[in-house]
Amino acid sequence: MQKLNYSIYPIGDSALTIEFGNTIREETNDAVMQLFHQLKKNQVAYIIDIIPAYSSISVIYNTVAIKKSNPNILAFDWMQQQIVKEMELSHVNELNRRQITIPVCYDITLGPDLNEVADYATLSIEEVIALHTAKLYKVYMIGFLPGFPYMATVDEKIQLPRKSQPRTKVPAGSVGIAGAQTGIYPLASPGGWQLIGQTPLKIFDVTLEMPCLLQPGDEVRFESISLEAFHQINKQQQ
Amino acid sequence: MSITILKPGLLTTIQDNGRWGFQHLGINPGGAMDILALQTANTLLLNNKEEAVIEFYFPAPIIQFNHAAFIALSGADFDASINGTKLPINQPIYVPENSTLQFNNKINGQVGYLAIQGGLELIEWMNSYSTHLKAAAGGFEGRALKAGDEIQLAVQAPKSSSSKDCSILPWKADTHAFYNHASCWFIPGNEFHLLTDEGKQLFTEAGFSITSQSDRMGYQLNGPSLQLIEPKVMISSAVARGTIQLLPNGQCIILMADHQTTGGYPRIGHIIGAHLAALAQKSIGQVLHFKPTDMATAENLLLMQAQHLHQLKNACNLQLDVYHRH
Repeated sequence: MQKLNYSIYPIGDSALTIEFGNTIREETNDAVMQLFHQLKKNQVAYIIDIIPAYSSISVIYNTVAIKKSNPNILAFDWMQQQIVKEMELSHVNELNRRQITIPVCYDITLGPDLNEVADYATLSIEEVIALHTAKLYKVYMIGFLPGFPYMATVDEKIQLPRKSQPRTKVPAGSVGIAGAQTGIYPLASPGGWQLIGQTPLKIFDVTLEMPCLLQPGDEVRFESISLEAFHQINKQQQ
Repeated sequence: MSITILKPGLLTTIQDNGRWGFQHLGINPGGAMDILALQTANTLLLNNKEEAVIEFYFPAPIIQFNHAAFIALSGADFDASINGTKLPINQPIYVPENSTLQFNNKINGQVGYLAIQGGLELIEWMNSYSTHLKAAAGGFEGRALKAGDEIQLAVQAPKSSSSKDCSILPWKADTHAFYNHASCWFIPGNEFHLLTDEGKQLFTEAGFSITSQSDRMGYQLNGPSLQLIEPKVMISSAVARGTIQLLPNGQCIILMADHQTTGGYPRIGHIIGAHLAALAQKSIGQVLHFKPTDMATAENLLLMQAQHLHQLKNACNLQLDVYHRH
Protein backbone atom coordinates (compact mmCIF):
# COMPACT_ATOMS: atom_id res chain seq x y z
CA MET A 1 0.00 0.00 0.00
CA GLN A 2 1.30 3.41 -0.82
CA LYS A 3 2.13 5.80 1.99
CA LEU A 4 -0.14 8.79 2.36
CA ASN A 5 0.89 12.20 3.59
CA TYR A 6 -0.39 13.06 7.02
CA SER A 7 -0.33 15.74 9.66
CA ILE A 8 -0.53 15.32 13.44
CA TYR A 9 -2.13 17.94 15.65
CA PRO A 10 -3.44 18.11 19.23
CA ILE A 11 -7.16 18.11 20.05
CA GLY A 12 -6.57 19.13 23.67
CA ASP A 13 -3.83 18.21 26.16
CA SER A 14 -4.80 14.52 26.27
CA ALA A 15 -5.61 13.72 22.65
CA LEU A 16 -4.18 14.05 19.17
CA THR A 17 -5.36 13.51 15.62
CA ILE A 18 -3.46 12.02 12.69
CA GLU A 19 -5.07 13.39 9.55
CA PHE A 20 -4.60 11.90 6.09
CA GLY A 21 -6.53 14.64 4.31
CA ASN A 22 -10.05 16.00 4.45
CA THR A 23 -11.86 13.64 2.06
CA ILE A 24 -14.14 10.62 1.83
CA ARG A 25 -11.95 8.21 -0.12
CA GLU A 26 -11.58 4.49 0.25
CA GLU A 27 -7.80 4.56 -0.02
CA THR A 28 -7.54 7.18 2.72
CA ASN A 29 -9.90 5.31 5.01
CA ASP A 30 -7.92 2.09 4.41
CA ALA A 31 -4.86 3.87 5.79
CA VAL A 32 -6.93 4.94 8.80
CA MET A 33 -8.13 1.40 9.41
CA GLN A 34 -4.61 -0.01 8.99
CA LEU A 35 -3.35 2.28 11.71
CA PHE A 36 -6.38 1.59 13.90
CA HIS A 37 -5.73 -2.17 13.86
CA GLN A 38 -2.02 -1.62 14.31
CA LEU A 39 -2.51 0.51 17.43
CA LYS A 40 -5.08 -1.95 18.84
CA LYS A 41 -2.86 -4.94 18.19
CA ASN A 42 0.33 -3.46 19.57
CA GLN A 43 -1.39 -1.89 22.58
CA VAL A 44 0.71 1.25 22.65
CA ALA A 45 1.18 2.30 26.28
CA TYR A 46 -1.01 5.05 27.79
CA ILE A 47 -3.57 5.07 24.95
CA ILE A 48 -7.07 4.88 26.42
CA ASP A 49 -9.21 5.33 23.30
CA ILE A 50 -8.73 5.23 19.53
CA ILE A 51 -11.26 6.85 17.21
CA PRO A 52 -10.99 6.15 13.48
CA ALA A 53 -12.91 8.56 11.25
CA TYR A 54 -13.26 9.11 7.48
CA SER A 55 -9.77 10.41 6.87
CA SER A 56 -8.28 10.75 10.33
CA ILE A 57 -7.62 8.77 13.45
CA SER A 58 -7.57 10.23 16.94
CA VAL A 59 -5.96 8.87 20.06
CA ILE A 60 -6.87 9.76 23.65
CA TYR A 61 -3.99 9.24 26.07
CA ASN A 62 -3.17 9.46 29.75
CA THR A 63 -1.06 12.62 29.89
CA VAL A 64 -0.24 12.35 33.59
CA ALA A 65 1.06 8.78 33.28
CA ILE A 66 3.24 9.70 30.29
CA LYS A 67 4.67 12.72 32.07
CA LYS A 68 5.45 10.72 35.18
CA SER A 69 7.59 8.26 33.25
CA ASN A 70 8.95 10.77 30.71
CA PRO A 71 9.39 14.02 32.62
CA ASN A 72 11.64 15.73 30.10
CA ILE A 73 9.42 15.62 27.07
CA LEU A 74 5.91 16.81 26.26
CA ALA A 75 3.40 13.97 26.55
CA PHE A 76 2.10 15.16 23.17
CA ASP A 77 5.54 14.79 21.57
CA TRP A 78 6.10 11.42 23.23
CA MET A 79 2.78 10.08 21.95
CA GLN A 80 3.41 11.53 18.50
CA GLN A 81 6.73 9.65 18.33
CA GLN A 82 5.04 6.35 19.29
CA ILE A 83 2.40 6.84 16.60
CA VAL A 84 4.96 7.66 13.90
CA LYS A 85 6.88 4.52 14.87
CA GLU A 86 3.71 2.46 14.52
CA MET A 87 2.89 4.05 11.19
CA GLU A 88 6.17 2.92 9.77
CA LEU A 89 5.03 -0.64 10.43
CA SER A 90 1.39 -0.25 9.58
CA HIS A 91 1.42 -1.34 5.93
CA VAL A 92 1.87 -5.02 6.83
CA ASN A 93 -1.65 -5.71 8.13
CA GLU A 94 -4.27 -7.47 6.08
CA LEU A 95 -7.61 -5.74 6.49
CA ASN A 96 -10.22 -8.27 7.44
CA ARG A 97 -13.56 -7.21 5.98
CA ARG A 98 -16.86 -8.57 7.17
CA GLN A 99 -19.75 -8.43 4.70
CA ILE A 100 -23.14 -7.91 6.25
CA THR A 101 -26.52 -7.82 4.54
CA ILE A 102 -29.09 -5.58 6.17
CA PRO A 103 -32.78 -5.99 5.31
CA VAL A 104 -34.54 -2.66 4.76
CA CYS A 105 -38.20 -1.97 4.16
CA TYR A 106 -38.39 0.94 1.71
CA ASP A 107 -42.03 1.70 2.40
CA ILE A 108 -43.20 5.29 2.37
CA THR A 109 -44.52 4.90 5.94
CA LEU A 110 -40.99 4.00 7.13
CA GLY A 111 -39.04 6.17 4.69
CA PRO A 112 -40.87 9.50 4.77
CA ASP A 113 -38.35 11.22 2.46
CA LEU A 114 -38.57 8.63 -0.35
CA ASN A 115 -40.67 10.97 -2.51
CA GLU A 116 -38.29 13.86 -1.96
CA VAL A 117 -35.30 11.74 -2.97
CA ALA A 118 -37.16 10.44 -6.04
CA ASP A 119 -38.13 14.01 -7.06
CA TYR A 120 -34.56 15.21 -6.57
CA ALA A 121 -33.26 12.41 -8.78
CA THR A 122 -36.22 12.57 -11.21
CA LEU A 123 -36.58 8.83 -10.75
CA SER A 124 -39.36 6.56 -9.54
CA ILE A 125 -39.25 5.28 -5.97
CA GLU A 126 -38.51 1.80 -7.34
CA GLU A 127 -35.48 3.19 -9.15
CA VAL A 128 -34.26 4.93 -5.99
CA ILE A 129 -34.54 1.63 -4.11
CA ALA A 130 -32.71 -0.17 -6.92
CA LEU A 131 -29.86 2.36 -6.76
CA HIS A 132 -29.61 2.21 -2.96
CA THR A 133 -29.54 -1.60 -2.85
CA ALA A 134 -27.19 -2.01 -5.82
CA LYS A 135 -24.03 -0.89 -4.06
CA LEU A 136 -21.73 -2.43 -1.51
CA TYR A 137 -21.08 0.25 1.10
CA LYS A 138 -18.11 0.54 3.37
CA VAL A 139 -18.51 1.54 7.02
CA TYR A 140 -16.00 4.39 7.04
CA MET A 141 -16.58 5.24 10.67
CA ILE A 142 -18.98 4.95 13.61
CA GLY A 143 -19.96 8.15 15.35
CA PHE A 144 -22.71 10.58 16.34
CA LEU A 145 -24.61 7.91 18.35
CA PRO A 146 -23.53 4.54 19.78
CA GLY A 147 -23.28 2.26 16.74
CA PHE A 148 -24.26 4.83 14.06
CA PRO A 149 -22.46 3.70 10.86
CA TYR A 150 -21.29 6.33 8.38
CA MET A 151 -21.30 4.47 5.06
CA ALA A 152 -20.35 5.51 1.54
CA THR A 153 -20.57 5.97 -1.34
CA VAL A 154 -24.17 6.57 -2.34
CA ASP A 155 -24.94 6.68 -6.10
CA GLU A 156 -24.49 10.25 -7.33
CA LYS A 157 -28.08 10.47 -8.58
CA ILE A 158 -29.54 10.14 -5.08
CA GLN A 159 -26.97 12.20 -3.12
CA LEU A 160 -29.54 14.47 -1.53
CA PRO A 161 -28.10 16.81 1.13
CA ARG A 162 -29.29 16.74 4.76
CA LYS A 163 -32.63 18.30 5.62
CA SER A 164 -32.38 22.01 6.40
CA GLN A 165 -34.60 21.46 9.43
CA PRO A 166 -33.68 18.26 11.32
CA ARG A 167 -36.49 16.08 12.69
CA THR A 168 -36.82 16.12 16.46
CA LYS A 169 -37.32 12.34 16.51
CA VAL A 170 -36.11 9.74 14.05
CA PRO A 171 -37.11 6.13 14.95
CA ALA A 172 -34.41 3.55 15.66
CA GLY A 173 -33.51 1.53 12.55
CA SER A 174 -34.23 4.38 10.13
CA VAL A 175 -32.00 4.33 7.05
CA GLY A 176 -31.01 7.72 5.68
CA ILE A 177 -28.98 9.57 3.09
CA ALA A 178 -26.85 12.66 3.63
CA GLY A 179 -24.98 13.61 0.46
CA ALA A 180 -22.61 10.79 -0.47
CA GLN A 181 -23.22 9.04 2.85
CA THR A 182 -25.82 6.55 3.98
CA GLY A 183 -26.43 5.62 7.61
CA ILE A 184 -28.73 3.85 10.06
CA TYR A 185 -30.03 5.38 13.30
CA PRO A 186 -29.25 2.82 16.05
CA LEU A 187 -31.43 4.65 18.60
CA ALA A 188 -34.37 7.00 18.37
CA SER A 189 -32.81 10.43 18.12
CA PRO A 190 -33.14 13.87 16.58
CA GLY A 191 -31.66 13.77 13.08
CA GLY A 192 -31.36 15.52 9.75
CA TRP A 193 -30.70 12.70 7.26
CA GLN A 194 -33.16 12.01 4.42
CA LEU A 195 -35.06 8.91 5.53
CA ILE A 196 -35.73 6.31 2.84
CA GLY A 197 -36.50 3.17 4.82
CA GLN A 198 -36.11 1.25 8.03
CA THR A 199 -34.38 -1.97 9.06
CA PRO A 200 -36.02 -4.32 11.56
CA LEU A 201 -32.57 -5.35 12.83
CA LYS A 202 -31.23 -3.96 16.07
CA ILE A 203 -28.23 -1.88 15.08
CA PHE A 204 -27.52 -1.23 18.76
CA ASP A 205 -28.52 -3.77 21.41
CA VAL A 206 -27.49 -2.89 24.91
CA THR A 207 -28.12 -6.45 26.14
CA LEU A 208 -25.34 -7.90 23.98
CA GLU A 209 -21.72 -8.07 24.98
CA MET A 210 -20.92 -6.39 21.65
CA PRO A 211 -23.87 -4.00 21.44
CA CYS A 212 -23.07 -2.63 17.97
CA LEU A 213 -24.01 -4.68 14.89
CA LEU A 214 -21.52 -2.84 12.69
CA GLN A 215 -17.90 -1.92 13.15
CA PRO A 216 -15.63 0.41 11.23
CA GLY A 217 -14.27 -1.33 8.13
CA ASP A 218 -17.33 -3.58 7.62
CA GLU A 219 -19.00 -3.80 4.21
CA VAL A 220 -22.76 -3.52 4.02
CA ARG A 221 -25.33 -4.42 1.39
CA PHE A 222 -28.98 -3.44 1.77
CA GLU A 223 -31.70 -5.87 0.77
CA SER A 224 -35.21 -4.62 0.07
CA ILE A 225 -37.92 -6.39 2.07
CA SER A 226 -41.71 -6.07 2.17
CA LEU A 227 -43.63 -4.36 4.96
CA GLU A 228 -44.90 -7.81 5.95
CA ALA A 229 -41.38 -9.21 6.26
CA PHE A 230 -40.36 -6.08 8.20
CA HIS A 231 -43.04 -6.67 10.81
CA GLN A 232 -42.26 -10.36 10.97
CA ILE A 233 -38.55 -9.84 11.65
CA ASN A 234 -39.44 -7.07 14.07
CA LYS A 235 -41.61 -9.48 16.02
CA GLN A 236 -38.87 -12.13 16.11
CA GLN A 237 -36.51 -9.54 17.56
CA GLN A 238 -38.73 -8.82 20.56
CA MET B 1 -26.64 -1.98 53.44
CA SER B 2 -28.30 0.56 51.27
CA ILE B 3 -29.45 4.10 50.64
CA THR B 4 -32.86 5.11 49.34
CA ILE B 5 -33.61 8.06 47.11
CA LEU B 6 -36.52 9.95 48.72
CA LYS B 7 -36.57 12.79 46.18
CA PRO B 8 -34.65 12.51 42.92
CA GLY B 9 -33.61 16.14 42.32
CA LEU B 10 -33.19 17.71 38.89
CA LEU B 11 -30.76 15.20 37.36
CA THR B 12 -29.14 12.68 39.66
CA THR B 13 -27.02 9.96 38.08
CA ILE B 14 -24.31 7.46 38.90
CA GLN B 15 -20.98 8.51 37.38
CA ASP B 16 -17.38 7.44 37.47
CA ASN B 17 -14.28 8.28 35.46
CA GLY B 18 -16.05 7.38 32.22
CA ARG B 19 -16.32 4.54 29.74
CA TRP B 20 -13.05 4.43 27.84
CA GLY B 21 -12.02 2.26 24.92
CA PHE B 22 -15.25 2.17 22.91
CA GLN B 23 -15.30 5.45 21.01
CA HIS B 24 -14.56 3.61 17.75
CA LEU B 25 -18.10 2.22 18.19
CA GLY B 26 -19.57 5.65 18.78
CA ILE B 27 -19.92 4.95 22.50
CA ASN B 28 -18.88 8.16 24.19
CA PRO B 29 -16.97 8.06 27.48
CA GLY B 30 -19.37 10.22 29.53
CA GLY B 31 -18.42 10.10 33.22
CA ALA B 32 -18.52 12.77 35.91
CA MET B 33 -18.76 16.36 34.68
CA ASP B 34 -16.22 17.37 37.33
CA ILE B 35 -13.62 14.60 37.40
CA LEU B 36 -11.53 16.44 40.00
CA ALA B 37 -14.48 16.53 42.42
CA LEU B 38 -15.15 12.84 41.80
CA GLN B 39 -11.53 12.04 42.59
CA THR B 40 -11.39 14.36 45.60
CA ALA B 41 -14.51 12.91 47.23
CA ASN B 42 -13.22 9.36 46.72
CA THR B 43 -9.70 10.17 47.89
CA LEU B 44 -11.01 11.66 51.15
CA LEU B 45 -12.55 8.24 51.88
CA LEU B 46 -9.51 6.34 50.58
CA ASN B 47 -11.67 4.81 47.87
CA ASN B 48 -10.22 4.08 44.47
CA LYS B 49 -10.22 7.64 43.13
CA GLU B 50 -12.37 6.63 40.17
CA GLU B 51 -15.02 4.75 42.21
CA ALA B 52 -18.64 5.34 41.14
CA VAL B 53 -20.37 8.21 42.95
CA ILE B 54 -23.71 10.02 42.82
CA GLU B 55 -23.71 13.19 40.72
CA PHE B 56 -26.46 15.78 41.22
CA TYR B 57 -27.60 19.24 40.23
CA PHE B 58 -29.79 21.69 42.14
CA PRO B 59 -32.55 21.02 43.17
CA ALA B 60 -30.54 18.14 44.62
CA PRO B 61 -31.82 14.75 45.82
CA ILE B 62 -32.90 13.83 49.33
CA ILE B 63 -31.22 10.58 50.33
CA GLN B 64 -32.00 8.27 53.19
CA PHE B 65 -29.12 6.25 54.69
CA ASN B 66 -30.60 2.95 55.81
CA HIS B 67 -27.23 1.99 57.26
CA ALA B 68 -24.25 3.81 58.68
CA ALA B 69 -21.68 5.03 56.16
CA PHE B 70 -18.68 7.25 55.71
CA ILE B 71 -19.34 9.79 52.97
CA ALA B 72 -17.73 12.81 51.34
CA LEU B 73 -19.28 15.62 49.32
CA SER B 74 -17.36 17.53 46.70
CA GLY B 75 -17.85 19.84 43.74
CA ALA B 76 -20.77 22.19 44.27
CA ASP B 77 -21.73 23.38 47.76
CA PHE B 78 -25.50 22.99 48.05
CA ASP B 79 -25.68 23.61 51.80
CA ALA B 80 -26.00 19.96 52.82
CA SER B 81 -27.37 18.87 56.16
CA ILE B 82 -28.31 15.73 58.07
CA ASN B 83 -30.87 16.06 60.84
CA GLY B 84 -30.11 19.77 61.16
CA THR B 85 -26.30 19.42 61.22
CA LYS B 86 -24.71 21.44 58.46
CA LEU B 87 -22.17 19.51 56.40
CA PRO B 88 -19.10 20.88 54.65
CA ILE B 89 -17.87 19.79 51.25
CA ASN B 90 -14.43 18.22 50.86
CA GLN B 91 -14.41 16.64 54.30
CA PRO B 92 -15.26 13.05 55.30
CA ILE B 93 -18.44 12.60 57.32
CA TYR B 94 -19.71 9.73 59.44
CA VAL B 95 -23.42 9.18 58.79
CA PRO B 96 -25.34 7.05 61.31
CA GLU B 97 -28.08 4.69 60.14
CA ASN B 98 -31.53 6.08 59.40
CA SER B 99 -30.26 9.57 58.58
CA THR B 100 -31.55 11.79 55.85
CA LEU B 101 -29.16 13.82 53.71
CA GLN B 102 -30.62 16.90 52.12
CA PHE B 103 -29.38 19.97 50.30
CA ASN B 104 -30.92 23.30 51.18
CA ASN B 105 -29.46 26.05 48.98
CA LYS B 106 -27.31 26.53 45.95
CA ILE B 107 -24.37 28.30 47.55
CA ASN B 108 -21.56 27.70 45.12
CA GLY B 109 -20.98 25.65 41.97
CA GLN B 110 -23.24 23.73 39.61
CA VAL B 111 -22.76 20.00 40.07
CA GLY B 112 -22.25 18.08 43.32
CA TYR B 113 -20.87 14.65 44.18
CA LEU B 114 -21.60 12.18 46.94
CA ALA B 115 -19.02 9.46 47.44
CA ILE B 116 -19.56 6.61 49.88
CA GLN B 117 -16.71 4.66 51.42
CA GLY B 118 -16.40 1.24 49.81
CA GLY B 119 -18.48 2.32 46.82
CA LEU B 120 -21.84 1.32 45.40
CA GLU B 121 -22.98 -2.19 44.44
CA LEU B 122 -23.89 -1.83 40.77
CA ILE B 123 -23.39 -3.72 37.53
CA GLU B 124 -20.81 -2.40 35.11
CA TRP B 125 -21.70 -1.76 31.49
CA MET B 126 -18.71 -1.84 29.15
CA ASN B 127 -16.15 -1.39 31.94
CA SER B 128 -17.84 1.58 33.58
CA TYR B 129 -20.55 2.44 36.09
CA SER B 130 -21.31 5.76 34.40
CA THR B 131 -24.92 6.27 33.40
CA HIS B 132 -25.26 6.48 29.61
CA LEU B 133 -28.66 8.15 29.34
CA LYS B 134 -28.93 7.91 25.53
CA ALA B 135 -28.13 4.20 25.42
CA ALA B 136 -30.16 3.66 28.62
CA ALA B 137 -27.29 1.65 30.03
CA GLY B 138 -24.81 1.73 32.90
CA GLY B 139 -25.29 3.35 36.30
CA PHE B 140 -28.57 2.46 37.98
CA GLU B 141 -30.80 0.77 35.38
CA GLY B 142 -29.36 3.08 32.72
CA ARG B 143 -31.34 6.08 33.91
CA ALA B 144 -31.42 9.06 36.24
CA LEU B 145 -32.35 8.13 39.80
CA LYS B 146 -35.94 8.49 40.93
CA ALA B 147 -37.83 8.41 44.19
CA GLY B 148 -37.87 4.97 45.77
CA ASP B 149 -34.66 3.72 44.16
CA GLU B 150 -32.61 1.71 46.63
CA ILE B 151 -28.90 1.49 45.95
CA GLN B 152 -26.87 -1.17 47.69
CA LEU B 153 -23.62 -0.19 49.38
CA ALA B 154 -20.54 -2.35 49.17
CA VAL B 155 -19.60 -1.97 52.85
CA GLN B 156 -21.28 -0.90 56.05
CA ALA B 157 -19.56 1.52 58.42
CA PRO B 158 -19.39 0.43 62.06
CA LYS B 159 -22.24 1.64 64.25
CA SER B 160 -21.11 4.51 66.37
CA SER B 161 -21.50 3.81 70.10
CA SER B 162 -20.87 7.38 71.13
CA SER B 163 -23.42 9.29 69.10
CA LYS B 164 -26.54 9.07 67.03
CA ASP B 165 -25.51 12.25 65.24
CA CYS B 166 -23.33 12.48 62.23
CA SER B 167 -19.78 13.58 62.80
CA ILE B 168 -17.47 15.54 60.59
CA LEU B 169 -14.00 14.04 60.51
CA PRO B 170 -11.11 16.39 61.10
CA TRP B 171 -9.36 16.34 57.72
CA LYS B 172 -10.19 18.09 54.50
CA ALA B 173 -9.19 18.69 50.92
CA ASP B 174 -8.37 22.16 49.68
CA THR B 175 -9.18 22.32 45.98
CA HIS B 176 -9.75 26.06 45.96
CA ALA B 177 -6.86 26.79 43.62
CA PHE B 178 -8.32 24.58 40.89
CA TYR B 179 -11.65 26.38 40.70
CA ASN B 180 -10.69 30.04 40.75
CA HIS B 181 -9.20 31.06 37.43
CA ALA B 182 -10.20 34.40 35.97
CA SER B 183 -10.32 32.80 32.53
CA CYS B 184 -10.56 29.43 30.78
CA TRP B 185 -7.25 28.59 29.15
CA PHE B 186 -7.27 26.88 25.80
CA ILE B 187 -4.92 25.32 23.30
CA PRO B 188 -5.73 26.74 19.86
CA GLY B 189 -7.57 24.24 17.70
CA ASN B 190 -6.66 23.11 14.20
CA GLU B 191 -9.06 25.65 12.65
CA PHE B 192 -8.22 28.60 14.95
CA HIS B 193 -6.09 30.15 12.21
CA LEU B 194 -9.15 30.17 9.91
CA LEU B 195 -10.84 32.82 12.07
CA THR B 196 -10.70 36.37 10.75
CA ASP B 197 -8.32 38.66 12.66
CA GLU B 198 -11.37 40.24 14.23
CA GLY B 199 -12.69 36.78 15.18
CA LYS B 200 -9.41 35.84 16.85
CA GLN B 201 -9.40 39.07 18.80
CA LEU B 202 -13.04 38.76 19.85
CA PHE B 203 -12.55 35.18 20.97
CA THR B 204 -9.76 36.08 23.39
CA GLU B 205 -11.08 39.46 24.51
CA ALA B 206 -14.88 39.29 24.62
CA GLY B 207 -17.05 37.48 27.16
CA PHE B 208 -19.17 34.45 26.27
CA SER B 209 -22.12 33.57 28.45
CA ILE B 210 -23.42 30.05 29.05
CA THR B 211 -26.94 29.80 27.63
CA SER B 212 -29.85 27.72 28.90
CA GLN B 213 -29.25 25.33 25.95
CA SER B 214 -26.47 23.76 27.99
CA ASP B 215 -26.35 20.34 29.56
CA ARG B 216 -24.04 17.40 30.19
CA MET B 217 -23.39 17.20 26.43
CA GLY B 218 -22.11 20.70 26.03
CA TYR B 219 -22.31 24.40 26.79
CA GLN B 220 -23.88 26.55 24.08
CA LEU B 221 -22.35 29.99 24.38
CA ASN B 222 -23.71 33.39 23.55
CA GLY B 223 -21.17 35.99 22.49
CA PRO B 224 -20.11 38.08 19.54
CA SER B 225 -20.48 36.19 16.26
CA LEU B 226 -17.13 34.81 15.05
CA GLN B 227 -16.40 34.56 11.35
CA LEU B 228 -14.06 32.40 9.31
CA ILE B 229 -11.92 33.85 6.52
CA GLU B 230 -13.81 31.55 4.18
CA PRO B 231 -16.37 28.79 4.76
CA LYS B 232 -14.75 25.45 5.57
CA VAL B 233 -16.39 22.14 4.71
CA MET B 234 -15.07 19.57 7.13
CA ILE B 235 -15.30 15.80 7.15
CA SER B 236 -16.31 14.42 10.56
CA SER B 237 -13.51 13.47 12.91
CA ALA B 238 -13.08 12.84 16.63
CA VAL B 239 -13.80 15.52 19.19
CA ALA B 240 -12.89 15.58 22.87
CA ARG B 241 -14.17 16.96 26.12
CA GLY B 242 -13.30 20.65 26.20
CA THR B 243 -13.31 21.06 22.41
CA ILE B 244 -14.72 24.47 21.40
CA GLN B 245 -16.58 24.19 18.09
CA LEU B 246 -17.73 27.08 15.92
CA LEU B 247 -21.31 26.57 14.75
CA PRO B 248 -22.51 27.88 11.36
CA ASN B 249 -24.30 30.78 13.11
CA GLY B 250 -21.00 32.13 14.46
CA GLN B 251 -21.62 30.99 18.03
CA CYS B 252 -19.51 28.50 19.97
CA ILE B 253 -20.23 25.30 21.84
CA ILE B 254 -17.90 23.68 24.39
CA LEU B 255 -18.19 19.90 24.47
CA MET B 256 -18.63 18.44 27.95
CA ALA B 257 -18.89 14.94 29.48
CA ASP B 258 -21.66 13.47 27.29
CA HIS B 259 -20.33 14.87 23.99
CA GLN B 260 -20.62 12.83 20.79
CA THR B 261 -17.52 10.98 19.69
CA THR B 262 -17.21 12.80 16.35
CA GLY B 263 -18.09 16.16 14.89
CA GLY B 264 -17.62 18.22 11.77
CA TYR B 265 -17.52 21.84 12.94
CA PRO B 266 -14.36 23.98 12.96
CA ARG B 267 -12.42 23.61 16.21
CA ILE B 268 -11.47 26.99 17.60
CA GLY B 269 -9.71 25.57 20.63
CA HIS B 270 -9.61 23.01 23.40
CA ILE B 271 -10.04 23.96 27.06
CA ILE B 272 -7.05 22.58 28.95
CA GLY B 273 -7.72 19.52 31.12
CA ALA B 274 -6.78 21.31 34.33
CA HIS B 275 -9.53 23.88 33.76
CA LEU B 276 -12.34 21.43 32.98
CA ALA B 277 -13.33 21.00 36.64
CA ALA B 278 -13.87 24.73 37.07
CA LEU B 279 -15.80 24.82 33.80
CA ALA B 280 -18.10 22.02 35.00
CA GLN B 281 -19.00 24.17 38.00
CA LYS B 282 -20.17 27.16 35.93
CA SER B 283 -23.87 27.93 35.85
CA ILE B 284 -26.16 29.16 33.10
CA GLY B 285 -25.69 32.90 32.60
CA GLN B 286 -22.08 32.97 33.80
CA VAL B 287 -19.63 34.66 31.46
CA LEU B 288 -16.49 32.88 30.27
CA HIS B 289 -13.26 34.48 29.07
CA PHE B 290 -10.79 32.52 26.97
CA LYS B 291 -7.04 32.82 27.11
CA PRO B 292 -4.64 30.90 24.85
CA THR B 293 -1.86 28.85 26.38
CA ASP B 294 0.67 26.26 25.21
CA MET B 295 0.92 22.51 25.53
CA ALA B 296 3.75 22.57 28.10
CA THR B 297 1.70 24.73 30.47
CA ALA B 298 -1.43 22.64 29.96
CA GLU B 299 0.38 19.37 30.64
CA ASN B 300 2.17 20.72 33.70
CA LEU B 301 -1.07 22.00 35.24
CA LEU B 302 -2.65 18.59 34.70
CA LEU B 303 0.32 16.92 36.37
CA MET B 304 0.12 19.34 39.31
CA GLN B 305 -3.54 18.44 39.80
CA ALA B 306 -2.66 14.75 39.87
CA GLN B 307 0.16 15.40 42.35
CA HIS B 308 -2.21 17.39 44.55
CA LEU B 309 -4.59 14.40 44.66
CA HIS B 310 -1.70 12.11 45.46
CA GLN B 311 -0.66 14.30 48.39
CA LEU B 312 -4.25 14.39 49.57
CA LYS B 313 -4.30 10.60 49.54
CA ASN B 314 -1.13 10.40 51.64
CA ALA B 315 -2.50 12.93 54.09
CA CYS B 316 -5.80 11.05 54.37
CA ASN B 317 -3.96 7.78 54.98
CA LEU B 318 -2.09 9.38 57.84
CA GLN B 319 -5.20 10.97 59.31
CA LEU B 320 -7.17 7.76 59.13
CA ASP B 321 -4.39 5.99 61.02
CA VAL B 322 -4.53 8.57 63.79
CA TYR B 323 -8.34 8.46 63.80
CA HIS B 324 -8.46 4.72 64.22
CA ARG B 325 -5.96 4.76 67.06
CA HIS B 326 -8.24 7.01 69.12
